Amino acid sequence: MTSTTTPFANTELPTTFLALLDTAITSFHRIPGSAIVTRYIRSSYQNDPIRSLVELFLVIFAVRYLLAPTYSTKKVKNVPLTEDEIDELVEDWTPEPLASEETEWERLENEKRPVLVGGPVGARVKLAGSGRMVVNLASYNHYNFASNPDLTQKAITTVKTYGVGPCSPPGFYGTQDVHMKSEADIAAHLGVAACIIYAQSFSTISSLIPAFSKRGDIIVADKAVNFPIRKGLQISRSTVRWYEHNDMEDLERVLLRVVKEGQGKPLTRRFIVTEGLFEMTGEMTDLVRLVELKQKYKFRMILDETWSYGVLGRTGRGLTEHQNVDPTQVDMIVGGLAGALAAGGGFCAGTHEIVEHQRLSAAAFTFSAALPALLATTASETVSLLQTQPSLIQTLRENIRAMRAQLDPRSEWVRCTSSPENPVMILVLKDQHVTDRNLSRQEQEAVMQDCVDEALAQGVLVTRLKSMPAALGVNARDAQKEWQPRPGLKVCVTTGLSKREVEAAGRVVRHAITNVMKGKKWQVQRGQ
Amino acid sequence: MEDAPKSLTLFQPPSPAEAKRIAKQHAAFGPLGSKQHLYSSRFEGTDFPEPVEDEPPYYYLITTYISYLILIIFGHVRDFFGKRFRQDHYRHLQEQDGYAPLNNDFDNFYIRRLQLRINDCFRRPVTGVPGRFITLLDRTSDDFNLSFKMTGTTTETLNMSSYNYLGFAQADGECADAAEQSIKKYGISFCSPRADAGNSELHVEVERLVAEFVGKEAATIHSMGFVTNAAVFPALVGKGCLLISDQLNHSSIRFGARLSGAVIDMFKHNDMVDLERLLRERISQGQPRTHRPWRKILVAVEGLYSMEGTMCNLPGLVALKKRYKFALYVDEAHSIGACGPRGRGVCDYFGIDPNEIDILMGTFTKSFGANGGYICGSKAMVDKIRVTNAGTIFGESPTPAVLTQIATSLRIIAGEIAPGQGEERLQRLAFNSRYLRLGLKRLGFIVYGHDDSPIIPLLLYHPAKIPAFSHEMLKRKIAVVVVGYPATPLISSRARLCVSAAHTKDDLDRLLAACDQAGDVLQLKFSSGIAGGQEPMHDGLVNEDQEEIRSCLEMGGKPAVKAPRWRLHEILKRGVQDVKKPLY
Repeated sequence: MTSTTTPFANTELPTTFLALLDTAITSFHRIPGSAIVTRYIRSSYQNDPIRSLVELFLVIFAVRYLLAPTYSTKKVKNVPLTEDEIDELVEDWTPEPLASEETEWERLENEKRPVLVGGPVGARVKLAGSGRMVVNLASYNHYNFASNPDLTQKAITTVKTYGVGPCSPPGFYGTQDVHMKSEADIAAHLGVAACIIYAQSFSTISSLIPAFSKRGDIIVADKAVNFPIRKGLQISRSTVRWYEHNDMEDLERVLLRVVKEGQGKPLTRRFIVTEGLFEMTGEMTDLVRLVELKQKYKFRMILDETWSYGVLGRTGRGLTEHQNVDPTQVDMIVGGLAGALAAGGGFCAGTHEIVEHQRLSAAAFTFSAALPALLATTASETVSLLQTQPSLIQTLRENIRAMRAQLDPRSEWVRCTSSPENPVMILVLKDQHVTDRNLSRQEQEAVMQDCVDEALAQGVLVTRLKSMPAALGVNARDAQKEWQPRPGLKVCVTTGLSKREVEAAGRVVRHAITNVMKGKKWQVQRGQ
Repeated sequence: MEDAPKSLTLFQPPSPAEAKRIAKQHAAFGPLGSKQHLYSSRFEGTDFPEPVEDEPPYYYLITTYISYLILIIFGHVRDFFGKRFRQDHYRHLQEQDGYAPLNNDFDNFYIRRLQLRINDCFRRPVTGVPGRFITLLDRTSDDFNLSFKMTGTTTETLNMSSYNYLGFAQADGECADAAEQSIKKYGISFCSPRADAGNSELHVEVERLVAEFVGKEAATIHSMGFVTNAAVFPALVGKGCLLISDQLNHSSIRFGARLSGAVIDMFKHNDMVDLERLLRERISQGQPRTHRPWRKILVAVEGLYSMEGTMCNLPGLVALKKRYKFALYVDEAHSIGACGPRGRGVCDYFGIDPNEIDILMGTFTKSFGANGGYICGSKAMVDKIRVTNAGTIFGESPTPAVLTQIATSLRIIAGEIAPGQGEERLQRLAFNSRYLRLGLKRLGFIVYGHDDSPIIPLLLYHPAKIPAFSHEMLKRKIAVVVVGYPATPLISSRARLCVSAAHTKDDLDRLLAACDQAGDVLQLKFSSGIAGGQEPMHDGLVNEDQEEIRSCLEMGGKPAVKAPRWRLHEILKRGVQDVKKPLY
């Protein structure tokens, strides 16, 4: 010991150091069992301090090695620069403006966006600007629940009991009894074990997919799925395989390939993601065949029923009821409460395990405030209305038939891609006209916008099917590879209108399309 | 009435119905006890100091690690035997019938073995208004928190958990009345995205009010705060852009950032030096591999961090922005309404012109008692965002009741409706925040965050103290939020107290008394005094001790301070005066 202290003889250190050593030794001795440890070390190393030191060094080295990251986290090779050079580069750098300038098309879109004034969304709405009452075929207010007096009264009672917002995320005192009731009501309506309510329908599936599917998992998805599903797939970082839109044979081919590729590798989670009624095409999925395939190849299924829940089936249970499929065979049924049900928020229904997992791992549920109580109670009420009054759905179907009869077979120019039960009718230009007139995507969009404007001038409000916004900075070639819906018109049927009125409105839309197509503006293209 | 015998006293007790109404009103928003309980806070000066973070003695840190170690070892032992002898409990973690398990065994370990033990502290169901008090639905569990049974009874607790900063969560009063009228007039929902037919005069009006309130040219609103962030980043940045995000930014910002496809970088929480280093490196090196210059650089921060109680260093950020020309995005989810003498958020608090910041985003969920979020910016930018962000194109439109709640609360804060009420709410919040924070510091707790922040994280450290503190508070009928790993770093588990303008000083005194007792039982008073809680200085004097302690800490030394362990009655006696002096 003396040899180690001599170099510091002139400094103050030895006294403090020795005192420290002393206290360390005494406190070590105070620890019960310390004597045994000392004895053990002494006997195992035969009182050889050098050997103990070497071993200690090895232990320290091992600890350091274990704690060090296994690979260098900084892989990027930076160009070495001096501070002055950096200053100069900083000085030189000029960023692009945060938002580029609006295009003419975008400016018109902002300008033409209808503003409702003076009252609720209903079969007829008043628009700002002209101040005219127009027939509303643009809202998903299929049952005209939005201004139903009983429902509004109940909503007011809820506001007078709960206030408007819950001011908390569900995990921290934001779960109100009304949310639990709505969850139970929807689960009972669908006939599944459990349900979870999100605060917004749009964000539900984008958060749900990454909650279950992680990197390395495999998702097989329909090519025409809607925007939030695409974003969910992107966030999940899973391997995504696409199959041709609504093509069950192609799906089987893809499934088979995935299964084959997976042979001999550890089993990963596999999902099929598709929609009940497609937001972008209006078509319906063949769920019977899908369930068959999913069970055969052992995939789990996420079915987005945002546009079919409350619309399909005898009591509005959606695609499962419509095609007589046991809802428990679909692993996750996602639905929206903001459309036909006139409330707000979205849900996911499934087994308890699936639902409880989301309460902790679905970002839009965990990190967002809960749904306002009045929307939760409204959802409960409208779900019960659909169950107790199936006639509502019958009336809607009749109106859909009436509207369709005005548009699809009669119009020379457009065809309806939606399934016959879908109250959201998507009308696209017939292929023949597109090729005849050599209309590009953008021109078709412009045609559709003209149709919207023309119909509005005749007193009927319809909208255009909006294409999915492209990611910024992606070059045109890559952007073209992305699937986009065909430009189309969206006509939403409501029970707020009588059959006659529906027919009259349908006629207006049909004539508007004819006027635009026969008009001068789009004729010029023909010769080219 | 004339004939009725005259009452012998001047005091007329309210009728039972009236008394009930008043009690209900006061349960949502407490009456102001005294004009003394008001304060208006703003930051003055140039350098915004980071709050000093105190640390507990090593004993507590080491035992915290040991606690986790024990929990993990126990968890593995239970798993080891469980997987052999109670296989059906583990079925969901194993491959069955050709399906891979939905939950990864390893990922699920934390939830199964650590969080399940304290699950009764989370997701407590409530009913009624989340105002000054909140009514919990009582529940019990027979299977160690796997499932809960409602007992059918309720408990009214003091609400320290909701983000109800300005107390607008009310079932009566101007906001609720206006919401009622709005539902009558506009119905329940617009049943459409805003890009289709879900756009009404209410939206236009709210956007105008929000833009005016925030101090920007234009605003656009969404029906959910999370989506506001998730949808706007892809509309602003993309390939070839750099997004620099504070390490502690909210999940929604990360979500949006990942969707955007921009290169994402993080800097240490609120550390301007680290941010500058990163900016210099990134700008000078350009894009990875190609070394082309960046198209845009966007720095995203939050105004007030909900887990730390810290505010962003806005003066520092603005100074850096001038030099490095990046665009600045401030998420004011928690700070709008809650900070600044006029409630206009961090810009107001720091006295910085909102036009210095490119984008101010915020939510209506917190201070305004509604739902949804907004983006404020220049008119050109907002117009562009309206047509390019998916939230407006496909997301459902905000509903009439929500919009009216926003409009009414904004008007109250601005003094257009019920003059004086908005100001009182702001000043009560500022007073309450400082009062509670000072009280907790003086009791000897370690709290994080800036002095004017209405979010007060109280550090617990040990995992076992998370449920213990929650239970101790619940016993005293106080609802608090407790958080642990993974929402916080492993060792700094905390209770988060959210102050509201709806709280009275008596409520906070009740909380301080409860914390005093719980702190003794749970050994939570371990502050060393470096972060404050000392005797205040005379009016107007800058606390020199604080400067000294700061410089001492920066040198890496140990400043000589007395650990504050005030008696409760002393705190209550002096709190109201001391809180208005420069805190230390």
